[in-house]
Amino acid sequence: MKPEDLVPDLQPLPGAMPVWRADVDSAAWRATAQMVREQGGRLVALWGSDEAAEGFAVHAALAVRDGVLWLTLPLRGRQPEYPDLSAVLPAAQRMQRAAYDLLGIRAAGADARKWLRHGAWPAGEFPLRKSFDAQGSTDATRRFDTVADDYPFVAVQGEGVHEIPVGPVHAGIIEPGHFRFSVVGERVLRLEERLGYVHKGIEKRFEALGIHDGFRLAGRVSGDSTVAYAWAYAMAAEAAAGLTPPPRALWLRALLLERERVANHLGDLGYLGNDAGLAMGLAQFSRLKEDWLRTSAALFGHRYLMDRVIPGGVACDLSAEGAHEILQELERLRAEVARLKTIFDEHPGLQDRLIGTGRVAPELADRLGLTGLAGRASGMAWDLRVELPCVPYDALEVAMATHRNGDVAARVTLRFEEVLASLDLCEQIVERLPEGNVATLFPSPRDGASGAGWVEGWRGEVFVALEAGANGALRRVHAHDPSWQNWPVLEHAVMGNIVPDFPLINKSFNLSYSGVDL
Amino acid sequence: MYQILKQIAKIGIVTEPAPEPDASLRVTAERLQRAVLRRFAGALTIRQVDAGSCNGCELEIHATNNPYYNLEGLGIRFVASPRHADMLLVTGPVSRNMEIALRRTYDATPEPRFVVAVGDCGCSGGIFGESYASCGRVSNVIPVDVAVPGCPPTPLAIMQGILTAIELPDR
Repeated sequence: MKPEDLVPDLQPLPGAMPVWRADVDSAAWRATAQMVREQGGRLVALWGSDEAAEGFAVHAALAVRDGVLWLTLPLRGRQPEYPDLSAVLPAAQRMQRAAYDLLGIRAAGADARKWLRHGAWPAGEFPLRKSFDAQGSTDATRRFDTVADDYPFVAVQGEGVHEIPVGPVHAGIIEPGHFRFSVVGERVLRLEERLGYVHKGIEKRFEALGIHDGFRLAGRVSGDSTVAYAWAYAMAAEAAAGLTPPPRALWLRALLLERERVANHLGDLGYLGNDAGLAMGLAQFSRLKEDWLRTSAALFGHRYLMDRVIPGGVACDLSAEGAHEILQELERLRAEVARLKTIFDEHPGLQDRLIGTGRVAPELADRLGLTGLAGRASGMAWDLRVELPCVPYDALEVAMATHRNGDVAARVTLRFEEVLASLDLCEQIVERLPEGNVATLFPSPRDGASGAGWVEGWRGEVFVALEAGANGALRRVHAHDPSWQNWPVLEHAVMGNIVPDFPLINKSFNLSYSGVDL
Repeated sequence: MYQILKQIAKIGIVTEPAPEPDASLRVTAERLQRAVLRRFAGALTIRQVDAGSCNGCELEIHATNNPYYNLEGLGIRFVASPRHADMLLVTGPVSRNMEIALRRTYDATPEPRFVVAVGDCGCSGGIFGESYASCGRVSNVIPVDVAVPGCPPTPLAIMQGILTAIELPDR
């Protein structure tokens, strides 16, 4: 079914990705979500906006076969409400709660517990409203005394059930979050996540930055995915400005994105080995990752490639010597990864820990909307680079890895395969890199222009929706991490597993906290 | 097992020299006598606290433990509880949602304790600044001994900050 058949008045938005936009009413809001779900589509993102005199609006980005539908439902009244989507698209639940905490718009009849709000601002204050001043230093009343989070966890009762509270400060070097395990003996009956600890007002902060500077903040929504975010932001800004960057810039962006994917996968493979007792795996993979980061620093000026993707193009280039160095590095790394893969595959003790652990069956993945890397390990054959390839992926041969077992072993194997596929992509890009400029001047979009960016980052699809204000201002930016979809699925993945396997299962998903806490 | 041993033997030891301390990273004057500091040398334990970072600094803190930097080879290791720690390594602008957890972690760390703030956000609030949701720099919430700038700071810069805090004498 074509997107145009789903919603009347659907308008294509210009830009690198196929995006259609429409204003809908409450009935169409719900009916479209239902229809999209029946057609096998998914929820990509849900967010709200303050439309000043017009009231508020709630937005949904729905993935369909040919692209993404950006639906906007205008909301009026003192207590704006909209139809709950979580019964049809379960991933909507936490996004709806976050939209209430920030803007005071409520999904009628849905879970009404707070999500991003802990004790930093009181109920009844909504930081993302235009009337709320984010800068505490200029207006003392806008900064509130912090009080402890009093969150209504769901209690599991029964003989022998007890709770293990973990976090927000964890035992390792990881981001903060709280996990409440209800267990019987060693076995997990239920896990409830409490996130939002690193909420630092990113969406409000965007509105204080101009469209020319926002890429720096976008690149710090989730630091491990800086290229994916900066590209998605640049894509959205360029769509709003009606600009296409030069081909060389787009090819270099893909090279940076694949380098980011390889760096993260190498790190994860090391830690996944380590979490199952193979310390040698961590030593070897962290050595390979360090080599890779050093090449990035030498050739592009930053180990993690922060601030290299800018609206209008990229802020780096690749010389002939640099290209040669990359090709040599690819050859070296291919052999090293292949050798380590054999060691992982043939290690019975390691495989015993990985196989069957933290399993998400394809049916469950489909129902809950599992996405990205974890989705592909549970039979969700979706990769933007294959399904809806933008330049340069439309000219490259992208091998999509998928598995159906959905366990830690599948997520490990998938990373091995994606590393090797990304090395092939890097080679294709370097060998066929078009000549020309790496950036064009980025003009401010007209007041009210909007755009969307959608990029397959290493973790999954990163989505950015942007609305420009007058003279280069940003009226609203929503940056969406695939971890929104996948965190709730992790709660299911650990059920029935033993508590000591949680770190391994958690690592195999490696979800972002900062990316969803915003 | 043969493949594992072969790989380990083939790669060998890749560890590089550690950086020297840098007094310019100091936020507060030296608080401890050298005799006390000497006791930490070779056996320092660190509790890392992400108080609101984007996760970029965490990637580089992880890297300090890779075979090239081998922080643990200097007798410095990360521990799971603040009660076992001599030093807190704190990243991020401190989010208001982490303010209480950070204070409690600090209170749970036995004296004498060091605090090293890591990254531009930990030093100044960075791009996130101060707002309804962010307390800004780490020293707005707990006392800081040494602050390491960078977005993110390199593993060497982080190690230098740690070594500056304890002024590791005559390695």
